[in-house]
Amino acid sequence: MNKQKVIYGTVVILAVSLIAALVVALVLLSIGASPLETYKTILLGPLSDLFGMTEVLVRAVPLLLVGLGIAISFRSGIINIGAEGQIQMGVLASTAVALALPGLPKLYLLPMALMAGALAGAIWGGIAGWLRARLQVNEILSTVMLNYIAGQIYTFLLRGPMLDPAEREMGSGTPQSMRLPDHVILDYIVPGTRLHTGLILALVMALLVWILLWKTTLGYRMRAAGAGAKAARYAGIPVERYLIVAMLFAGGFAGLAGAVEVTGVHHRAIEGISSGYGFAGIVVALFGMLHPAGIIPSAAFFGVLLIGADMTQRSAGVPANMVLVLQGVIILSIVSAQSFLRNPYAQERLLRWFQNLLPTALRTKKGGQ
Amino acid sequence: MAAHEPISELRLEGITKRFPGVLACDGISLQVKRGEVLALVGENGAGKTTLMNIIMGLYRPDSGTISVNGEPVHFKAPGDAYARGIGMVHQHFMLVPNMTVAENLALGLKELHRFLRLDIKGAAKRIREISERYELPVNPDAYIWQLSVGEQQRVELVKTLCLGARLLILDEPTSALTPQETDDLIVRLQRMASELAIIFISHKLNEVKTLSDRVSILRHGAVVFNGHTVNHEPAELAALMTGHEVSLPHNEGSGLQGETLLNIKDLCVRGDRGNLVLDHLNLELRAGEILGMAGVSGNGQREFADALAGLRPVESGQMLFQNRDLANKTPREIIESGMGYVPEDRQTEGIVPSFSVKDNLILKDFGTDQFSRMSFLRHKAIDANAAELKVQFDVRCPSTSTATGSLSGGNIQKVILAREISRSPKALVAVYPTRGIDMGAQEFIHSQLLERRRQGVGIILISEELEEVMNLSDRIAVIYKGRILKILSAVEATRERLGILMAGLEDSEQPPPSPAAAPGGTHE
Repeated sequence: MNKQKVIYGTVVILAVSLIAALVVALVLLSIGASPLETYKTILLGPLSDLFGMTEVLVRAVPLLLVGLGIAISFRSGIINIGAEGQIQMGVLASTAVALALPGLPKLYLLPMALMAGALAGAIWGGIAGWLRARLQVNEILSTVMLNYIAGQIYTFLLRGPMLDPAEREMGSGTPQSMRLPDHVILDYIVPGTRLHTGLILALVMALLVWILLWKTTLGYRMRAAGAGAKAARYAGIPVERYLIVAMLFAGGFAGLAGAVEVTGVHHRAIEGISSGYGFAGIVVALFGMLHPAGIIPSAAFFGVLLIGADMTQRSAGVPANMVLVLQGVIILSIVSAQSFLRNPYAQERLLRWFQNLLPTALRTKKGGQ
Repeated sequence: MAAHEPISELRLEGITKRFPGVLACDGISLQVKRGEVLALVGENGAGKTTLMNIIMGLYRPDSGTISVNGEPVHFKAPGDAYARGIGMVHQHFMLVPNMTVAENLALGLKELHRFLRLDIKGAAKRIREISERYELPVNPDAYIWQLSVGEQQRVELVKTLCLGARLLILDEPTSALTPQETDDLIVRLQRMASELAIIFISHKLNEVKTLSDRVSILRHGAVVFNGHTVNHEPAELAALMTGHEVSLPHNEGSGLQGETLLNIKDLCVRGDRGNLVLDHLNLELRAGEILGMAGVSGNGQREFADALAGLRPVESGQMLFQNRDLANKTPREIIESGMGYVPEDRQTEGIVPSFSVKDNLILKDFGTDQFSRMSFLRHKAIDANAAELKVQFDVRCPSTSTATGSLSGGNIQKVILAREISRSPKALVAVYPTRGIDMGAQEFIHSQLLERRRQGVGIILISEELEEVMNLSDRIAVIYKGRILKILSAVEATRERLGILMAGLEDSEQPPPSPAAAPGGTHE
């Protein structure tokens, strides 16, 4: 990556954030809230004490992991919208392994549980990759549909075979699994908070993804297949194979995020455990310019937004779902900025529009430059 | 369109259009009248397309005026241009394949859309009227996908006329047509010209010569020549178009040809539409020769090159490369057997545009020990390789980390050539290697190809530029409808003879070597 590209990208991202903030300000005004106050609470509230900061990082961990996987798939030319389902499959697999083999020592059981999660996610993502590579099934459709299937499997297992026997006896019927054995739970980094060692794992993964994409021949192949499928094919790279590989990675990271959530935060499989991380991860990845060095701060930023949105709900009465509006607007802004930058006609039209805003005298001066 | 009298004259004066860093149109003045065909010629990037987009209202000029019948106009969108009787047929057809001809017309005609009802019959009636009037036979009920390229071209013309255009802009209308379709189109256009005004954009100077009354030549965004076509020879126009006395290197033909390198026997390959595009093609390439393949594009060159690269299945036949059959091998196997390839579309097939120059230079070799160890890339070796090739092949780029797609066509082609040649291939296939690039780069590429020939590489040069083929080749094979019609040695080949052969006429001097004409070979 050269400097110019980084500066250019950063400027685009900042402009996009500004536009998104303005659009959401309109929404906030329309529900009678003060945009300035709301933004202040969202952005500064979570960082005002240690607990808030650790909670931000707790949210950033799954966002980072999912975002890394999304970045691999987007860079390889395949769009993974299925992280949500892949997370759920990861949660199920790691919970099942941890509950099935409680006798194993931590040294074996914890890695096994995490790997089971990654593997299940990889398989779930790999299905979409295989469908695309072999049968040309559009991956956007297949990953979204696989989300629904994963959701139903998840609900079925938590209400049936994997339901905590204690719940069944007491009849409260909360759909959740048994609590994981203590020795499969990730350690806490800061005592008294929920910040767990999954953060370290996620940061190591970010480093590994960077090495994978830019330092290895596998990453080179995947990026070539994504950035120029035709040229890659002419150069003898079997593009279809790398679509599958990319989806295995993307699904694997999402599954790992699920496994980390269950072993680090919730300690049992519960409903709604993915809580939108799968979709937010897409925004995190795009906002981080599909590069690990960008995705780390981007994940932290969206962690702030998530916690901040909770706080505004409590303090200012602004619904926390406003953060979803913000996410949606950011995605729209990033995507339209990208297609705008590819479309000279649109740029011309915008330029014309700006010129018409200027007084006539200025306009002729500009035209004659 | 009812409000205005029919278009009788279009005049452009001092049209200037700047894009960031580029002066696309530099004070262009043109004029075309009813009953006249104006040919607009120029190399790629000369500003023809930008100028036409300005006329159609897609771009607004920075300065200059457009006037219709002497009255200044300001088009904001193509609809405005159509309202004044100006219509354009794009190089790539703008038709919906799974709709009928009439439905395609109805897409663009608002008056057919009555409340919740679409007057398809009205559209069909319009089409019949126009097609009879201008002798452009078209069936309004045919689906677009059923039509040949030539027929689709006619549909585009009829559609544009139905939309009220009486000044037609035709952007390289013959580029996808077979020779017969081209001749047919030219004849029809000649007939139509009496009632219409036509702006004909083309590279092909012989077509310009046949069809047009006047010719304007664009170079670097400015008109460098205006004249009556009858007074000028194609060669003269070519020199004006490029702006150089054409002085490209020649093949001195020392006759160093070695043993047979590539032997293609009865090669049959299907095209995208499932028809047999290569029909028992036979060809032999020897070491140390340049074999030119001349032909009108669309006669199977693309499919031939694809099959040689392993990207298109071979239905039957053999491609023996040093006695090993490469038919239906993977691209990787073919690359490793020592074949080099300069693909037709350099932007999407030759390079990954967003990759840096140094990354594109290892696109085929990143897996070798030179550039990677234990599947980790060796960045130092990659940088060194790029630095060396940049100098050796005179690639003009700010640095080898620059995105390759941002370079000019000539420099992109040098990057591709550097990659292919530095791999020391035994045979090299170059498809339109100099299409649309400036003369300096062209000269460099030609001398590189000749240099490799001297070193014993066998080269297949596929080109539609007769000049290029004749300058460089030891032998010239003429491809027509998926077969090699005839192979001429460089001394036998003249422009005229090749032209006749490319049109599919077998020349009378000698009986052609019969290319194993199996009965039932044509499956179409």
